[in-house]
Amino acid sequence: MTATITDKKILMKGNYAIANAAVLAGCQCYFGYPITPQSEIGEFMSGKMQELGRAYVSAESELAAINMTMGACSMGVKAMTSSSSCAVSLMQEGLSYATSDQLPVVLVSVMRGGPGLGNIYPSQGDYFQATRGGGNGDYKLIVLAPSTVQECADLTYKAFYLAHKYRNPAVLLADGLLGQMMEPVQFKDYPYPEIDNSDWKLSGAKGRDARIIRSYAPLADNQCVYLEKLFEKYKTIEENETEWEEIGTEDADIVLVSFGSTSRNVKTAAKICREKGMKVGILRPITLFPFPTKRLQELAQKVKMFISVEVNMGQMVQDVRLAVNGKVPVELIHKPVGAPPSPEEIVSQIEEFV
Amino acid sequence: MATQVFKIPDSFKKDAKYTFCPGCDHGVAVRLVGECLSELGLTENTIAACSIGCSVTIYDFLNVDSLEAPHGRALAEATGIKRACPDKFVFTYQGDGDFASIGLAESMHAALRGEKLSAICINNTTYGMTGGQLGPTTLLGQVTTTSPTGRNLEYYGYPIKIAEHIALCDGTAFSARVSLDSVPNIRKAKEAIKKAFEVQMKGLGFGFVEILSSCPTNWRMSPQKAHERVRDEMMQVFKPGIYKDITVEK
Repeated sequence: MTATITDKKILMKGNYAIANAAVLAGCQCYFGYPITPQSEIGEFMSGKMQELGRAYVSAESELAAINMTMGACSMGVKAMTSSSSCAVSLMQEGLSYATSDQLPVVLVSVMRGGPGLGNIYPSQGDYFQATRGGGNGDYKLIVLAPSTVQECADLTYKAFYLAHKYRNPAVLLADGLLGQMMEPVQFKDYPYPEIDNSDWKLSGAKGRDARIIRSYAPLADNQCVYLEKLFEKYKTIEENETEWEEIGTEDADIVLVSFGSTSRNVKTAAKICREKGMKVGILRPITLFPFPTKRLQELAQKVKMFISVEVNMGQMVQDVRLAVNGKVPVELIHKPVGAPPSPEEIVSQIEEFV
Repeated sequence: MATQVFKIPDSFKKDAKYTFCPGCDHGVAVRLVGECLSELGLTENTIAACSIGCSVTIYDFLNVDSLEAPHGRALAEATGIKRACPDKFVFTYQGDGDFASIGLAESMHAALRGEKLSAICINNTTYGMTGGQLGPTTLLGQVTTTSPTGRNLEYYGYPIKIAEHIALCDGTAFSARVSLDSVPNIRKAKEAIKKAFEVQMKGLGFGFVEILSSCPTNWRMSPQKAHERVRDEMMQVFKPGIYKDITVEK
């Protein structure tokens, strides 16, 4: 039996939708270690991968899991790991190496409360962890932020595609709310082309010189050349892959910027504002790197205010401020951790700002 | 009639420059690994997971596809490689710090899972590349740059006997400790490496060889004195021998 492809929508938890989509995307290897609120991904994979004769390893730690994923990726296969917040912290060394080694690692990060052990409530407190990285050196991860269970599936496909297209780790940044909630979802076939990797993957030095996948550049000049090339790639990704959703910005005075599960309440809040006669629009970044900086700059020419709505102490708001660059005020509506602020709470705070 | 009695193994790069210190046993160990790969016909089907430390430079010598793992993670990366492509021959080449200190969890669990991998660990009782600090195998009493009056129990505890620990793992098919202090022992070392490779080829489980090696530079000794130390001090604590071999019936 293969994983589920459906004509009709079926009801499914976000974590299962991610795992099911990964199998349908052709993920050949899964490596993971349990942590709430994403353990369903590993549970689903343990059965399905064995059923399909693919690779599954219960890793001894997240440190091992990310490195196993890197090993599998070096062979050119689609491989993934999944984890949450404090355990994604353990993977930062691996992610730094994987960007330098240019390995197409796919990491599903289902955010919970932090710092430290925090709690198992939903959170968006790892926006920085994903977009800035906790590993050493200059690098970027491709970061995709779903807001529905359907997007959990669709963006899992996309994470595999972009990781392999650009030979760069891609992170699906979900949260405990999306991971645990059930919603209708429909699974189509993997919609992206397969990427030819015959020119770089390891396969044994038969009829060619040996290949070395490494990040060690002992000479300073080599490292300079390398980093310039790496950042040319990031520029290409910014030009080609920036994705966002925009609602009601044509005539908006205020634009609410929000990603992931929080954006759902923000959409309702914007509707209420419109009913009250306030011209409120929404910009929802779907890719957090690349961030829709250019679009925010354009909007900053005509709107009166941006408000970033987040479940953390205010992280994405920094990127909004960088983009807007002082042209108009950028405010923050946030909850430190847990369920997103309700539409009514958001509306009343907007009214305070106006 | 002329008979060819010696040739450079096909697993060796033709233009490699020798980068190890004079008298270092890494050169001998890399040579043995390369000879075993060639003699078993593995060169074109091999993936090496390299480690951090002096051992990483094995990819400068061997003509095999290689992935450079972060410090201590070689056996996790090797696990990923082997699980992705089970028909490939996969080995790691690590130092004692990489294998048995920072990477002990990855090493031990690869053995416990019975991964079809071969791991070679160079034990020279010190961190070589960083300048001779105390490591997991530093002997009691041994002076290093971070044990200036010698390794004592109060501050540092005991060194680890790696081959014995790996032999205790149920997934281990072969575990041995060998030494490079003399020609007869070098021959034995090659036999052990070959055995650790063969158990992987037969799909029997995890193959492991700990190689007692000298580090004349960081020990502040001549190569000859360094080999005397391997014999007189290291081999007294880390006894050479085969600690597990499931291919031999008892």
